Amino acid sequence: MTSPKNDHDSLLIKGGHLIDPAARTDAPMDLLLKSGRVAEIAPPNKIKGGADEKLDARGLVVAPGFIDLHVHLREPGQAYKETIATGTAAAAAGGFTSVCTMPNTVPVVDSVEWIEWLRQPERGALVNVFAIAAATRGSKGATLSDFRALQTAGAVAVTDDGKPILDDNIMREALALGGELNFPVVQHAEDTRMTEGCSMHAGARSFRLGLRGMTAAAEASVVERDVQLAMHIPNARLHVAHLSTADALKSVRRGKRAKARVTCEVTPHHFTLTDEDMRDYDSNYKMNPPLRSPSDREAILVAIADGTVDAIATDHAPHATHEKQMEFERAAFGITGLETALALAITRLHREKRVPLSRIVELFTAGPARCFDLRGRGSLVRGSVADVTIFDPKKKWTFEAVNSLSKSRNTPFDGWQLTGKVVATIVGGRVVYAG
Amino acid sequence: MNPARGSLLGIEHLEAAEIMKILKFARRMNPDKPRPLLRGKRVLLLFYEASTRTRSSFEIAAKSLGAHTVLIQAMGSSIEKGESLLDTGYTVRAVGADIIVIRHPNAGAPYVMAQHVDVPVINAGDGLHEHPSQALLDAYTILHNKKSFKGLQVAIVGDIFHSRVARSACHLLSKFGVRIILCGPPELAPGIAATLAPGVRVTRHIEDALRGTDVIMLLRVQTERLAGLKIDLAEYIARYQMNPARLKMAKKDAIVMHPGPIIRGLELTSEVADGAQARILEEVRNGVPTRMAILARAIGKMR
Ligand SMILES: [Zn+2]
Repeated sequence: MTSPKNDHDSLLIKGGHLIDPAARTDAPMDLLLKSGRVAEIAPPNKIKGGADEKLDARGLVVAPGFIDLHVHLREPGQAYKETIATGTAAAAAGGFTSVCTMPNTVPVVDSVEWIEWLRQPERGALVNVFAIAAATRGSKGATLSDFRALQTAGAVAVTDDGKPILDDNIMREALALGGELNFPVVQHAEDTRMTEGCSMHAGARSFRLGLRGMTAAAEASVVERDVQLAMHIPNARLHVAHLSTADALKSVRRGKRAKARVTCEVTPHHFTLTDEDMRDYDSNYKMNPPLRSPSDREAILVAIADGTVDAIATDHAPHATHEKQMEFERAAFGITGLETALALAITRLHREKRVPLSRIVELFTAGPARCFDLRGRGSLVRGSVADVTIFDPKKKWTFEAVNSLSKSRNTPFDGWQLTGKVVATIVGGRVVYAG
Repeated sequence: MNPARGSLLGIEHLEAAEIMKILKFARRMNPDKPRPLLRGKRVLLLFYEASTRTRSSFEIAAKSLGAHTVLIQAMGSSIEKGESLLDTGYTVRAVGADIIVIRHPNAGAPYVMAQHVDVPVINAGDGLHEHPSQALLDAYTILHNKKSFKGLQVAIVGDIFHSRVARSACHLLSKFGVRIILCGPPELAPGIAATLAPGVRVTRHIEDALRGTDVIMLLRVQTERLAGLKIDLAEYIARYQMNPARLKMAKKDAIVMHPGPIIRGLELTSEVADGAQARILEEVRNGVPTRMAILARAIGKMR
């Protein structure tokens, strides 16, 4: 899929500052990539011998390739929103060398056949695509899908994302079987019995706007139940998707303290925006989970800094214009996010909240790699896969949605001035994006 | 794009001075003495939700100003066939609409329309959000009875949560320093409603709401919008229904208002609805001159 051509078999990245949290490296280092692997890492100018190509990384950060645990590539079935080709092009532009694609497609990816279909070269993937399979047949929440077969076919986790796994017994079974197979169960935590007809967070703002609101409890109650289950089922692996509330974080902390295998991701929009930010019923501020209260965002920022959060994931959710430009309550949930994630993290977390760059890199690399056991990725030790992201942490730029490589334009960040830009994205030793 | 000048999307972002201007102009409007301020103009009434009084009131107001009116209702139009809000907007603009009056079950629909169509858009009620023309005609009615907003206390009793009338009224009255007391059970009058505007508070006790009150605004329990909320109507009646005994708790010269439709025997008794303090039909009458002012303002003729 992305194997280097013979004539560009080796690439020397020179003069950069390597941040590899898993290897505890945060220093000037040169990096030699060869035959799709990391061949050598050494202090500046210490790598002897030539390379087919050289990349000047002076003034830049060199990091393990970024991993996004949560994207909607919309294939099969919804190519009018996004395709694997366009979605992974946007991913490459955002510095992601690996993305995990969600199964809420048409049809739902709940079989080995569709997992294999996703991996076919005809899909035109520019970066690594890992499949997350449906946890239940058709994501209907009634019977578990064939975890064993799906895992063997290459799925890295299961989920019914877009919907929660609500039924107690089904969730218990999923965690139990996942525990046996060392297979993470990803939960979209939303008690949909409490959120019918809701289109934003329940609070002063939703009351003012006359929009029915999703309570924080609708998320937190499901996370609490799941953490309780994970604490009592041997080896169960629970991953909480797009966690957005302070109360849900409390449950995750409790689970982690009890040594349960509980991980969680947060999105750039949840650490950047709150429910106060939506203006004039702009549906580019409509997503699920919704933008929460300022105190929820504060709690997320604390959890990012203190290590409770394992990964930043975009929940990249492209939609066509006609699905968004309409009545707020009827518009589709979701926003795009692949191309703005790093810049939002640097702008909001690093520059404003003083989160160290190494922690941000960890949330894009080693953290997500651990959540789903993506072996050989998330770190640049010798012998690991030559997935590399090179970025300029100081570069100021303006994100223009019209220039997005995604097929869709549904983002609240159009026209935002941001700091931090991807300069090169390297997958398996091959440059797939150069900014 | 920005909404066209003259649009009326809500009360929240309207300045007090502008509100007074509309109310003053409304006082000069009289449907029995037509003024051709809108002669040759086309007013499109786009109604996605059933309405008797608001629709007919806008229609009479527009005609009294010499405009042509066209009524499009969701039922039996291309809307029913699945045409989007914006496509309907583009279509009625292409047909030659000069003003669009829109009533819609979704909050914010008039905003979406106004951002894409280059004619003034008037919100005739959007979901649970706002009902600006109702708030203006209620303000007109209050001023007619109380001369000034100064020192007034207004109690709004009933289903606040589902009421766009309540939201618009709170915004409007708050801009003039009126003390506003919202009253009802927690499901219908949630505590968060107090954050709507300065001077708004919430109480569960009807006596507390009525003591010293100059204006009582009653709201219907919108059973069709409850969406799963369980409200015991008998208990509601026992605790909140406006009857002659309760009315006595308010100021002697208090007036009773209701945006309609009223449900006798639920939020109020017939004695109250038909009593000397009721201003319910006066509100309906005041709707026409108020909406004449709103329409004249829409095309810059409010001078
Ligand atoms: Zn989700």
